[in-house]
Amino acid sequence: MSIDTDTARKVAKLARIRVQEADLPALAADLSGILGFMDQLNEVDVTGVEPMTSVTPMRLARRADVVTDGGYPERVLANAPDAREGFFAVPKVVE
Amino acid sequence: MNANQLTIAAARHALRKGELSAVDLAMACMTAMDAGDGLNAFVHKTPEIALEQARAADARLASGDAPAMCGIPLGIKDLFCTKGVPSQAGSNILRGFKPEYESTVTTKLFDAGAVMLGKLNMDEFAMGSSNETSCYGNAVNPWRRGNDDTALTPGGSSGGSAAAVAADLCLAATGTDTGGSIRQPAAFTGIVGIKPTYGRVSRWGIVAFASSLDQAGPMTKSVRDGAIFLGAMAGHDPKDSTSANLAVPDFEAALTGDIRGKRIGIPKEYRMDGMPDEIEALWATGTRMMKDAGAEIVDISLPHTKYALPAYYVIAPAEASSNLARYDGVRYGHRARLAQGDGITEMYEKTRAEGFGPEVQRRVMIGTYVLSAGFYDAYYNRARRVRALIKRDFETVFADGIDAVLTPATPSSAFGLGEMASADPVQMYLNDVFTVTVNLAGLPGIAVPVGLDRQGLPLGLQLIGRPWGEADLLNHAYVLESAAGFVAKADKWW
Repeated sequence: MSIDTDTARKVAKLARIRVQEADLPALAADLSGILGFMDQLNEVDVTGVEPMTSVTPMRLARRADVVTDGGYPERVLANAPDAREGFFAVPKVVE
Repeated sequence: MNANQLTIAAARHALRKGELSAVDLAMACMTAMDAGDGLNAFVHKTPEIALEQARAADARLASGDAPAMCGIPLGIKDLFCTKGVPSQAGSNILRGFKPEYESTVTTKLFDAGAVMLGKLNMDEFAMGSSNETSCYGNAVNPWRRGNDDTALTPGGSSGGSAAAVAADLCLAATGTDTGGSIRQPAAFTGIVGIKPTYGRVSRWGIVAFASSLDQAGPMTKSVRDGAIFLGAMAGHDPKDSTSANLAVPDFEAALTGDIRGKRIGIPKEYRMDGMPDEIEALWATGTRMMKDAGAEIVDISLPHTKYALPAYYVIAPAEASSNLARYDGVRYGHRARLAQGDGITEMYEKTRAEGFGPEVQRRVMIGTYVLSAGFYDAYYNRARRVRALIKRDFETVFADGIDAVLTPATPSSAFGLGEMASADPVQMYLNDVFTVTVNLAGLPGIAVPVGLDRQGLPLGLQLIGRPWGEADLLNHAYVLESAAGFVAKADKWW
């Protein structure tokens, strides 16, 4: 599977990583190389094999549906690049 | 001998006897740490915390309440969240991040009396095999090729941990291993590195890379130290839903040195084309050592080995693309400076372009691609099917009575920093060829230093154990370590 510049642009957009137009061909080549390596997987007969969901056979533990943590918004916001009046601040989202 | 050169076991003895104080031990390590800046292993030093913890450890030692790790100075990989101390995962996107909480592993270690000297260098988000993707710059291997002063990689991603332990800047260090990131750097620096069974050690508070593969473990100067350290890290944690609710055995008590009648599997698929003669010879030497100790050597087959790396490089980036979605410039770390009229999408895109280095960007995009509509089945689901087959390969040999599998740890000794710069990314990924199967199958693995190559660099072998069989695995490693008698240290140049 080879990745062209358009696909590279689309993947970068989906990943929310800005890539300069001039850098797209090199990115496409890199991604193609890695995906080419993965094409070996097509040699394997996986008929009847379920995709692994958990490496150790375990049931996820359940816990009581109660609040166990919280009540300290200042600590939650302590590392925010921009926090105002007890909230995370971001550029305007809705017009 | 200076106190920083001690093993955990020797320091424990001296501390309990009162021959050494935890404060003096911490001071010796801090002196070595400051003198070791040329290795670029410690990237955030915490001398105040170390002294406070060492004083508390001395008080516990005096009162007779001293767990095995009490007063032991450690380095902590930058991937672990440590309260109030920078925890950046080697990334610019987490510049300035100081967690408001402590990871479960470091909480357990501190509760056991351990002393934190600082945070250790690593590949960005643990993505790398040479510590060259770090935002802090390269960590440097204390080992050199004879009199050649070329700077070598300590391996990765736990490169700072490996360099610090090998250079005696600390007694031991935490590492994490997603595809070989404890075992490969351990092998490159002549130390012991343990990747526990998936679920043995809590992942809570460790910055996530690939959650179904990540596991933390100890990096130490001896197998016994690894057993002591692992015992203090391991155990059930309700905060990690994949943490196993199993009792933690006394790993140190398992080190009997008796492996008579045990069956050691030698997998033919690990004999790779182009493998250096020295690695082949080392593997044969290790096999003979196990045989001489009374184990039975059995040729085995793990037929899907060849597909482990391509499966890994689908699954790990897929999980990483999801895990790293949280770095969006809103809650912590870096936010790009925005231009007039930029909206939230521009904020995400610019922040992530500035904050993530090239290898992390590459893997996030690969992961995004293999999870995208139309390719999910062809790549991600197929890789998960192949992963099931890789696990089945191991289940089959264990069901046939194999107790441990012996393989090389790495396909080469440490290479020069920058030597792989022009290689394509897949060439670097091949470093994980012997270690990655263990993560995919969720098994415990350990790298043990066994010899030196012609250039005077350490080489290691890997032992792979049954799920939850760390105690037995460590005993096998103990036998290999005793037989190999590896005592070489890097000549101090730093």
